[in-house]
Parts: sequence; C-alpha cells; structure tokens
Amino acid sequence: MDLLQILAEAFRSAIAPTAAFYALAAIGLNMHFGYTGLLNFGQVGFMLVGAYGVAISVNTFGLPLPVGFLVGVLCAVVLALLLGIPTLRLRADYLSICTIAVAEVLRLLYRAQFAAPLTGGVYGLQGFARSFYDVNPFPRGSYGLLGVNFTHQALWVMVVGWGLVGVACAISWMLVHSPWGRVLKGIREDEDAVRSLGKNVFAYKMQSLVLGGVFGALAGGVWMLAQQTVTPELFMPQVTFYLWAMLLLGGAGRTFGPVLGAIIMWFLLSIFDGLLRGAAAEGLLPFLSNSDVGALRHAFVGLALLLLIIYRPQGIIGKREEMLVNVK
Amino acid sequence: MSSDEVRAAADPLAGTEPVPGVAKPDPILKASGIKRRFGGLTAVNVDHLEVQRGTITALIGPNGAGKSTLFNLLSGFDQPDEGQWSFNDHQLRRLRGHQVARLGMVRTFQLTKALTRLSVLDNMLLAAPGQTGEGFLGAFWRPGWKAQEKANLAQAESLLERFKLIAKRDDMAGSLSGGQRKLLEMARALMVNPSLLMVDEPMAGVNPALVQSLLGHITALRDDGVSVVFVEHDMDVIMGISDWIVVLAQGQVIAEGRPADIRSNKQVVDAYLGAQHDEPAAAAGSEEES
Repeated sequence: MDLLQILAEAFRSAIAPTAAFYALAAIGLNMHFGYTGLLNFGQVGFMLVGAYGVAISVNTFGLPLPVGFLVGVLCAVVLALLLGIPTLRLRADYLSICTIAVAEVLRLLYRAQFAAPLTGGVYGLQGFARSFYDVNPFPRGSYGLLGVNFTHQALWVMVVGWGLVGVACAISWMLVHSPWGRVLKGIREDEDAVRSLGKNVFAYKMQSLVLGGVFGALAGGVWMLAQQTVTPELFMPQVTFYLWAMLLLGGAGRTFGPVLGAIIMWFLLSIFDGLLRGAAAEGLLPFLSNSDVGALRHAFVGLALLLLIIYRPQGIIGKREEMLVNVK
Repeated sequence: MSSDEVRAAADPLAGTEPVPGVAKPDPILKASGIKRRFGGLTAVNVDHLEVQRGTITALIGPNGAGKSTLFNLLSGFDQPDEGQWSFNDHQLRRLRGHQVARLGMVRTFQLTKALTRLSVLDNMLLAAPGQTGEGFLGAFWRPGWKAQEKANLAQAESLLERFKLIAKRDDMAGSLSGGQRKLLEMARALMVNPSLLMVDEPMAGVNPALVQSLLGHITALRDDGVSVVFVEHDMDVIMGISDWIVVLAQGQVIAEGRPADIRSNKQVVDAYLGAQHDEPAAAAGSEEES
C-alpha cells in the first residue's frame, strides 16, 4: 500500500473538474440556505436544466456554446420562478418539498420517450463540448501539478471551472457584504420581522432562489464540459445531498464554506477509497469484495460528517458564536 | 405622572366622548367594519375605530378578545374578510405588511423577533428605509451606498445610545436578554422613522427595572410626535401611560375612553372578571385606587 500514491490521488480528486462543479453548485446552495434560509433539496434540478440547456442548444439547434450557457442560465431562471412563485409565500417546508419533487420530475421528463428528439432520451446527448476543447489554450500533453498529472483537456476544464468558482465567490461575497445581503440574512433569521420593517421579503427570496439556481445551472454546464456527454441518470437526487454534505462540512453562511467543503469532501472520498482498496489488496479485509469498497467509503465519509456535526456543528470555517446563539 | 399634567393643558382628545367608535379630532388610523372569521368563529368584528394622532392608545381586553388579530389585520400581516381601514388617509386594504410599514406604520411582535444571528448594529441598519444598496444591482456598486450607510450608521448609533444598547452594538442579537431584545426591537422599528408605532405586549417577560425604562421610551416617543398603539396586560402600565384606552372583548370594541373612564366602566369590569367579581374584584379595585 503506497500511502504517498493514495495521498496524491486524493489531492487529484480535490482539485479535479468534479470538485470544481460541485463547489459551484454548492455556492448556489449556500446562497439559498446559508444566507436566506431557503431549504432547496433540488439543486440537482438546476444543474440538469443548465446542462441540458447547453447540450440541446448546441446539438439540436446548432447554437454556439456560449449561447448554450446563456440558454442554460435562462432555463434556471425560469425554473426558479416556477418553483418560487407558488411556494415562497408559504412556510419554508413547502419549497423543500417542491424542489425535491420537481428535480426528480425533471429528470424523468428529460429521459422520457416523447422528449427524445430534443434530449436524446435515455441515451442523452454527446459531442456538444467539441468547440470548447477546440479553443483549449493548453497544447496537447500531460501537465504535472504538485505531483499529479492532468491531461490538457482536464486542465482546461479545471481552469474554466475553478475560474467560475472564483467569480461566483466574488459575486457572493460582494452581495452578502452589502445591504442586500443584510436583508437576506435577516430573512434567514425571521422573515416576519424583516417584513415588519418594510422589506419585500418575497422579492428577496425570489432573487436569492434565482441567483443560487443560476450558479447551479453553470455548475451543470461545467459538468457537461468535463463529461462531454449528458444523460439523465447523472442527475440523481443524491447529487443534491452530496452538495448539502459539502455545504455543511465547509460551513454554511460563509463565502468559502461550500468551496472548502467540496474540496475536502472529494479528498476524503478518495482517501478512504484508496485506503480501503489498498488494505483489501494486501488481504487485510478478507470479508470485503472489491465492489463493496465504493459503498464502504461512503460509510466512512458519513462517519466523518457525523463526528463533524457533533464536535463542530458550524462546519470547518463556520462561526462558532453564531451556532451558540440562542436561536428562538 | 407629572408629564400627564403638563399635557393636560393641550389634550388633543379634549371633549371626545368616551363611547365605542367615537370620532377623534385628528385620526391617524381609521378602521370601519373590520371582520375576520376563522371558520365559524368571528375573531374580530370592529364597527368603527379611530386612533388619535400623537397619543398613546392602549388596546386591552381579556385573553382571546382579538387584540393580536386586530393588530395583524391593521398592520397588513393578515387580511380581514370585510372592512376598510386607512392610515394617514392611505387606504390599506390589500396592502401587504411591508407596504404598510413603508407608509410609516411599523409594528413589533408579541414574541420578540430579534434577528438572532445578526449583530445588534446590523439589526438596526437593516431597518433603514430606501437604501440603494438594498437592490440586487445597487448592492454591487459600493460607492453608491457607502454615504447612505454612513448616515444610517450615525442614526443607528444614536438610537442605540438612547436605548442603552450601544455597548452591545457588535454582539449577536441572540445573546441579548429578553428585555434587551424588546428594547432592540423598538429601536429597530424607529430606524424606519414611523409616524405610528404598533407595539404588541412590550412588557411581557421584561423585568420590573426594564419596564420603567421601556415606559419612559414609549412616552418619550409620543412627546417626539410619534403615535403609539400598544397591546398590554399589565393594568398599572396601561393606566399609567395611556392617553386613550380601547377595550376589546370577543372581537368587539366594548368601551373606549381615558384611563379614568375605563376604570369605572362596569362593562369592562364584567368582561375582565366575568361573573365572579364580587369580593376579589372589590379588593383589587380598592388596591388600585390607593
């Protein structure tokens, strides 16, 4: 068992394109939950409409890729409005029920037979990311980064993905450190109080839902660039729950919380995977077949999250005093 | 009660008959025909009610009389089944809570709503009206709202000074005691520059030392020209600071008048004490007189 190798692999996972788009989607979730207190259990739905927005525009309608991203973002805005208009005037639980249901309905809708001419049905769409790789500024080859190698293609996705994460962080930071963000945080604490002070709570919640959804759609787009293929089965509900785990791990209500959460989560998943596989290869775990490793590593990450919730409920960079406050 | 005597000279309610639904010389709030039903129960059924500008008006009544429901209706947090009401001659029907607040009629809550995970100062700054940085796009352009923020900060600090919360300005609002939260809620409401403040049970759960200071703040507000309507249960408080008292029972205004009128009103005593008011009521009454 080569510990150094396992660590290097874990590091690779932590900065890979996958971590980037998860971080981006988690930033959106942080806008919803961390700052506004909206319980969105369907962030994957925003990723889905973003991803398909890109793929369908390029493949089916022959539009250029940037326009595809724009379409994906517009789809997320429409989805946020559809979700928000009926539910945001009601109690928080209604939004969470609707989001979880709508995300799943969307997945079934996009894979349905009648939608196949547009979405490719269960087979999905391929080849829409070609123009993205055509403009890759990195020459063909393998690039070493602190002991791990990435292909020129992966590197290009990473630059774009982490670049978007940076932009999203900057936007979030500017917004939450403005009077706009202050109203949002007020709504998170008590929306009736904010309403009694003359703020249009519904409009703020809607803006937050739209913005976070747009981040989710961009994440879906980046995901599709990395994957170069889109199928409905990618957008299972557990994606949302990974995002929640990352957000809580890093610290909700902090600008870099979701980014750190995504990085650490992928680092941990990879390191448990490497350790278990290494141990299995040495015959230390005779009761464990190779296919069980994937499941068991999630159990270990679950355990790590459990310990975190018990001993550091505010997340890694959350503010402890905020958790200790007597919330009534 | 020396301030009472001083004001007695220029009593804005002089000559107003103490009868339910009486018209006031200069009403800031007018309501008529307000009905709110919950299923078969009519929680509020107010024929006519006016609130005089620049006075402290108390809304009292036994539990379940509909005081809080009426409060919610008037402030736009609930909509009545029937009725018209206006504030400063603005019709309020169909306006939502935040729109009513923007007109200058700001309410507080029976269960204090401090924004717990925001600092005391942020609680105050949030309430300032008309901030350009509150818009989604405006928020990005920092120079556009910096100056306004500074002015709001000055106002917030002077209010915190007045309410003796300045030492707590950077603490989380959730770390304040119950009484301090009441003070913060009131100070925060004043950030909106209201012309009518609606206070729901300001003294509930507040220790006696703070009660005096809260009372002082309420009378000071009136003296600054803010009209105050408040719901309260503590009779000493009500009789002490109110200029006018409105008594609700079973959703209806059964009496209104000055404290002296209310104290001697048989209907009010009946509503409060029901059938069994012979001995204990007499005892309590004589105690209050002394």
